[in-house]
Amino acid sequence: MPNLKDLKNRIASVKSTRKITKAMQMVAAAKLRRAQDSAEAARPYAERFNEVLGQLAASVAGSDSAPRLLRGTGSDDVHLLVVLTAERGLCGGFNANIAKLAKQHATELLSKGKTVKIITVGKKGRDSMRRDFGKLFIEHVDMSDVKRVGYADAQGIAKNVLSRFDEGEFDVATIFYSEFVNVVAQTPTAQQIIPAKFDTADDEGDAAATVYEYEPSEEAILADLLPRGVATQIFAALLENGASEQGARMSAMDNATRNAGEMIDKLTIEYNRSRQAVITNELIEIISGAEAL
Amino acid sequence: MAETMQFNLVSPERSLMSGPVLSVEIPGAEGDLTALPNHAPTLTTLRPGILRVETEKGAEEYIVTGGFAELGEGVTVLAEKAMHRTDVDQATYEALVDEAHEAYGKAKEVFKNEPGPVDDAVKLLHDMVAIGGKIGLSTKQPSL
Repeated sequence: MPNLKDLKNRIASVKSTRKITKAMQMVAAAKLRRAQDSAEAARPYAERFNEVLGQLAASVAGSDSAPRLLRGTGSDDVHLLVVLTAERGLCGGFNANIAKLAKQHATELLSKGKTVKIITVGKKGRDSMRRDFGKLFIEHVDMSDVKRVGYADAQGIAKNVLSRFDEGEFDVATIFYSEFVNVVAQTPTAQQIIPAKFDTADDEGDAAATVYEYEPSEEAILADLLPRGVATQIFAALLENGASEQGARMSAMDNATRNAGEMIDKLTIEYNRSRQAVITNELIEIISGAEAL
Repeated sequence: MAETMQFNLVSPERSLMSGPVLSVEIPGAEGDLTALPNHAPTLTTLRPGILRVETEKGAEEYIVTGGFAELGEGVTVLAEKAMHRTDVDQATYEALVDEAHEAYGKAKEVFKNEPGPVDDAVKLLHDMVAIGGKIGLSTKQPSL
């Protein structure tokens, strides 16, 4: 039987753990709200941008004059995977899920004989990808100083990716991030950004009906907008990721707090039982001692 | 009451303005244009410049760089960077100009034999400098 002192210490330590997880949960909840707000604020831009871009892309698709960002390089031998994860852990399966999806992708591509290059954003993704694919890493973007994701951060990553594309370092780029569904559900997602893909099927209705005048030409606008589109997509992904991370941390910490509570209950019962046992023992000793006289 | 149209100004991070306006002056890539209600549907890219919005309550001015404007039933401007004129002080403005300088320097290095991107960068830089003159902020002349 564990002695009383030990039990008391354990209860105290679990209690302080619970305090920490509870605090983390509340911090995550506050941050989540902020992350969701900024994701919300960025949505009109991204939606409109993609709509217009999709429209333009549809009209020049197939022609040889289409920009390379849309057409691709004509081959798909070298793949670039951009893995966006968090800088911190303690958020359930958030980082692991993104890394797992990226790893699956990488393994699949490698088995088809393609070349894979990896850029990681966020420390946690780098750490878990490095074990298996360390030699494929070409760069890591450190985001640990970034308190609040801004468009400039996304632009930086986009510039990096685009200049590599211009130099012919890869043919296809895919970003990996976690889509925020709600607080308890985040879906790891892979999205191809180069060559650009648009789902134009659903907005054929009124969008296609308007015939725009273009100034300058359609191709020139497209060539100007496509690189920005890459930045926009990365920015949207970063924001989704930010909200997902906080959501995941919040539910992970909620679980941890609840588990700690259960643990405390169990330990308290055990503590009381052993205390009673000790008292009973003492009584027996006293009584039998008295009887012996 | 004069005819109005819906106007939206959005940057990647947030929506800056949304509401009925009388007219919008847009710094288009091929020249400034003013959009009035019932303008023909047009899509134009932006150059760095001042976007002037005329509302019934008065005029608002924004500094915009990059992006595009869509004119249809209303006007939607998607600018990569957009700031209200009063929010732009000397420091922010200089940062913008420096960025353009840097882009120019890089373009000169990378595209030695292609004049296209270098010219674009020069244009961008000149546009940036021109903004300063318009909003009354001093700047060092570009060293080309």
